[in-house]
Amino acid sequence: MKQQSLPEHKSVEWKRKDILGLEELTAREIEFILETAESFREVSLRPIRKVPALRGKTIITLFFEPSTRTRMSFELAAKRLSADTANISSSTSSVVKGETLKDTARNIEAMKVDVIIIRHSMAGAPHLLAREVSPGVINAGDGAHEHPTQGLIDIFTMKEKKGKIKGLKVVIIGDIAHSRVARSNIWGLRKLGALVSVVAPPTLIPAEIERMGVRVCHSIKEAISDADVINVLRIQRERQKAGFFPSIREYHQLFGITRKSLESAPFDVLIMHPGPINRGVELDGDVADGPYSVILDQVTNGLAVRMAVLYLTSGAGEKR
Amino acid sequence: MIKKRLRIMGEIEIEKALRHLSHMIMRDVSHEELALIGIRTRGEHLATRIKKIISETSSFPIPMGILDITLYRDDLTMIAPHPIVRKTEIPFDITKKAIVLIDDVLFTGRTVRAALDALIDLGRPRCIRLAVLVDRGSRELPIQADYTGKKTVISATEMIEVKLKETDGYDETAIVTRA
Repeated sequence: MKQQSLPEHKSVEWKRKDILGLEELTAREIEFILETAESFREVSLRPIRKVPALRGKTIITLFFEPSTRTRMSFELAAKRLSADTANISSSTSSVVKGETLKDTARNIEAMKVDVIIIRHSMAGAPHLLAREVSPGVINAGDGAHEHPTQGLIDIFTMKEKKGKIKGLKVVIIGDIAHSRVARSNIWGLRKLGALVSVVAPPTLIPAEIERMGVRVCHSIKEAISDADVINVLRIQRERQKAGFFPSIREYHQLFGITRKSLESAPFDVLIMHPGPINRGVELDGDVADGPYSVILDQVTNGLAVRMAVLYLTSGAGEKR
Repeated sequence: MIKKRLRIMGEIEIEKALRHLSHMIMRDVSHEELALIGIRTRGEHLATRIKKIISETSSFPIPMGILDITLYRDDLTMIAPHPIVRKTEIPFDITKKAIVLIDDVLFTGRTVRAALDALIDLGRPRCIRLAVLVDRGSRELPIQADYTGKKTVISATEMIEVKLKETDGYDETAIVTRA
C-alpha cells in the first residue's frame, strides 16, 4: 500500500516566529522549510504570480548594509504572497541621526508590522531585535555569522539538482573566515548529512572550523576530485588590502575556479555562487555562464524559499 | 474521542457513487473540453478514479490536475501555526476548459470558495462545475454541487469521515460523532 506522507508532515508544527540561523534549526525544521518552498515554486510560474495568503500582513526590510538581490528577492516574495512591504535602508533613515537599533525597531513595532527582515554588519543584531520586539524577525545576513535564507536556497538548489543531500560531497571555496553564507551552508548541510569540505588560503580559514564537522583542504585539486557541488564564495577585494592574501591575481591562480581547474572535477559537478560574482577573481566568466553553473537557478529558487520562510514565520505563535 | 461511528458507504457504494458521478459528468460536459481537478488530498484520489472510469468509454484524453487551496483559505489570519502548504499541480492551461472540481465532502462551502479563487488565478475556464462524494449540508456560503454521490443531512456535532484505499488502505465513509 502506497503511504501518503501526510501523517508525518502533520506532526511538524512550525512554532518559530523568527529565523535567525540554521545553527538553531533541527534537521526536520530545515527539511520542512525546503518542502514548503517546493510548494511555492509553482506560484512564480503562473500567469498571475500572486496568492492571497498574507493579505493584510506588513513586512519591513531593514537593511544596514547594501544589497540588491537579497532585498529584492524578499520584497518580491512578500508581494507574491500579497503582503504589504516597506523598506528602510540605513543611509536614508534616522540611523544616520544616531538612532539606536532598539529604538528603530520599537518604532517599527509601534506601526504594527508582522515581520522584520534585517541585515546588519554586526553578528547577533537580528537576535537582539528578536528579543526586543514582537514581530517575527528574519536574519538576512548578520556580520560574518549567518545568512540562513541563502543557506536554505543553496541546499534547496543542491537537492533539486542532485536529488538528495545526505552523502552529497560539497566543497565550499573562498573566504570561509568572513563568510556568513559559508557558515549557514555548513550548519544546514551537516545537519542533513552532507560531507562538507572547505578550501581557502590558511589565512581565510577560521581556527577550529573542523569542530563544525568539515574537512579542511588547501588545494583545489585535492578537494574537488570527487565533489558533487562546488559552492564558490565571493572574495571581497578589501580582504587583500588587509593582507589576507598577497594579490588578487595569485588568489585567482591558486583558488579561482576556471575551466582548467575544473578538469580535475567530476563531469557532473554543480557550480554555485551566492552572488554578486567577481568575474575573473573567484570564478571565471565562462564557468559562471557554463553548463555546470546553476547560479541563476539559485536566484529563482530564492523566491520560493523566501516565500516559504515568510509564510511560516508570519503564521507562527500567538496571533498579534 | 470518537463516541459513535455509523458507516454509510462501503467499497461497493463508493464505487457505485463514483460511476454515477462519472456518468453525469460525461452526459453534461463535452468531452473535448473536459478537465478534472481534484482538491487535495482526497479529492485528488477521487479525481483519479473518475478519470479512470470516464476513460473506459471515452477516447478523449482527459487532463487532470491537483489543487492545494491552503494559500486561499479565508482563515489564515486566525490560525497559528499556518497550515502546511502542498503543491498545486495543474500541468495544462485551464483557459476555455470545462473544469470539474472534485472533493470528498461538501460542508460549509469555504473550501470550494477558496478553490474557485485559486482556479481563476490560473486562467479563465469556460465553466467550473463541482462534483462531491458526500454532501452533508450546513453550508455557510451560497455554493452547491452539480454532481453529488450521496446526500446526508447531519448535525454540527457530527462529521463525515472519508477513508480511501490510496490514503487509508480501505474505502469507507462514515458519520462520526465526537464526544
